Amino acid sequence: MSNENMTAPNPETEAENDDDAVSPTPGSGAVDAGDLETATASSRTVIESRDLDVYYGETQALDDVSIRIPEKQVTAMIGPSGCGKSTFLRCINRMNDLIDAARIEGDLLFQDKNVYDDDVDPVALRRRIGMVFQQPNPFPKSIYDNVAYGLRLQNKTENLDEKVEQALKGAALWDEVKDQLDESGLDLSGGQQQRLCIARAIAVDPEVILMDEPASALDPVATSQIEDLIDELAEDYTVVIVTHNMQQAARISDKTAVFLTGGELVEFDDTQKIFENPEHQRVEDYITGKFG
Amino acid sequence: MSEEPARPAFAGENRTRSAKESAIKWFLFVCAALSVFVTLAIVATLLFDAIEFFTRVSPLAFFTGTNWSPKIGEAFGVLPLVTNTLAVTALSALVAIPVGTASAAYLSEYASDQVRSVLKPALEVLAGIPTVVYGLFALVYVTPALQAVGIPVGTFNLLSASIMVGVMIIPMVSSLSEDAMSAVPDSLRQGAYGLGATKFEVTTTVVVPAAVSGIFSSFILALSRAIGETMIVVVAAGMSPQLVPSPFGSIQPMTSAMVQLATSDLAGGTAAYYALFAIGLTLFVITFSMNVASNWVASRYREEYE
Repeated sequence: MSNENMTAPNPETEAENDDDAVSPTPGSGAVDAGDLETATASSRTVIESRDLDVYYGETQALDDVSIRIPEKQVTAMIGPSGCGKSTFLRCINRMNDLIDAARIEGDLLFQDKNVYDDDVDPVALRRRIGMVFQQPNPFPKSIYDNVAYGLRLQNKTENLDEKVEQALKGAALWDEVKDQLDESGLDLSGGQQQRLCIARAIAVDPEVILMDEPASALDPVATSQIEDLIDELAEDYTVVIVTHNMQQAARISDKTAVFLTGGELVEFDDTQKIFENPEHQRVEDYITGKFG
Repeated sequence: MSEEPARPAFAGENRTRSAKESAIKWFLFVCAALSVFVTLAIVATLLFDAIEFFTRVSPLAFFTGTNWSPKIGEAFGVLPLVTNTLAVTALSALVAIPVGTASAAYLSEYASDQVRSVLKPALEVLAGIPTVVYGLFALVYVTPALQAVGIPVGTFNLLSASIMVGVMIIPMVSSLSEDAMSAVPDSLRQGAYGLGATKFEVTTTVVVPAAVSGIFSSFILALSRAIGETMIVVVAAGMSPQLVPSPFGSIQPMTSAMVQLATSDLAGGTAAYYALFAIGLTLFVITFSMNVASNWVASRYREEYE
């Protein structure tokens, strides 16, 4: 494990994290919307955005988004197409850097450090924040090499076999592939490929896993396997998931953020509250299918 | 006008039209078949005249002889020509493969749209230069430049000819390899970036391995082009075949030996005349097998991404 890891997802450090929750992020009182403060006191904030604006050229994709994402919970981002939820996700690990036209204003804090500060290395950041994409995208390499890819990048190659096995077990894929580790990851089914991508992401032991509609390209059985897996992942990792599927958000998430057209974060609260008794009429209209 | 009831408009005169359609179809087929026919005719000519040659000179003497002196002494050992061709090919590969692959990686992975819009056409211009100009350039500029930096090359030499053959095939390597790299789905790059890979790591550990079939087949195609290259070696490499060629001295690859034979006052029906076709057939077999190998590599290592 890298010595720069501030919070390793294991039981020993969990106690420390809880202590931290007593002293929340400095300056967090400045966050305006009252309902953003309702995050359960038992969980500390891992990711926080303050007045975050994102532009693609002239188009504004995110408008003044302030949110605090709690540790080791599943936070879902829902909203209609083009509402900016994926854009927000890609701000967290600075994947938007890869788009020339993207411009970011405001603060985005990960472990209390603004990831857009000049001294932040996006490569190092991404090693601590894993990502799973909409289309399963295993590399055209063997199953083993797919999982080992991130570990090899970071030269964490001692006990590689063991780490690969742990990651595949963590992604609920080990039993299905343990006899074919040398075969191409592309030979797996769509659902298996997506779990391989999850194994690849957790192999490097990140603190956060970002998921961009991870089940939207999968059939219902594979989707349900991924959902079960997300539930388990939240025991060790902070999971932020973008989804089009409101039932999925309701099933798997602890917190839900509703983005509506124009890149505006309209409401962020406990998932149950959002789905049963939202504060905003627009959110209720969206949830009940009157809009969107 | 006839008394018959008017026929529906779509049931009208179709016989002339269908005759015209089928004439067009046949004309197009003949055009398409022409190139196949010409290819077969060339192969047949090569084959028959090469067989004629082998009735005068034994294949063993041809393929294992170490002395090429067709006019004086009637020595028809093709080996020196083959080793000289291989020497040109290998040295030009040393230039073209690294430079071509690096340009492809740059164009596909690093260059901004603006830079690419300048560099790509420039590389295509390189591919459009007549090869005799490359040969002249090798003779008039590269050789003196090599001499100026203290490399003891002769006026005609293997090294400068090979360098220019290498430069000539860079666009083949770079453009085919770039196509292969650009065809790698962006989702793979995103996946690697998401795991904290640098741009260089993304390029070397994901893009290049995923594009390896296209990259290798570009190498093979470029090398088979180098094997068949004629004008550069005729102008700049000299006319003295060496079984063990020195990079600094004069040599003579197969193509150049054919030019020398064909442009000399050659009596038809002599062994020297038929030797032209024997070398030609040998060259053809080499480049043809390389093209087949290229296709095989491309299909064998192709990854299906979707």
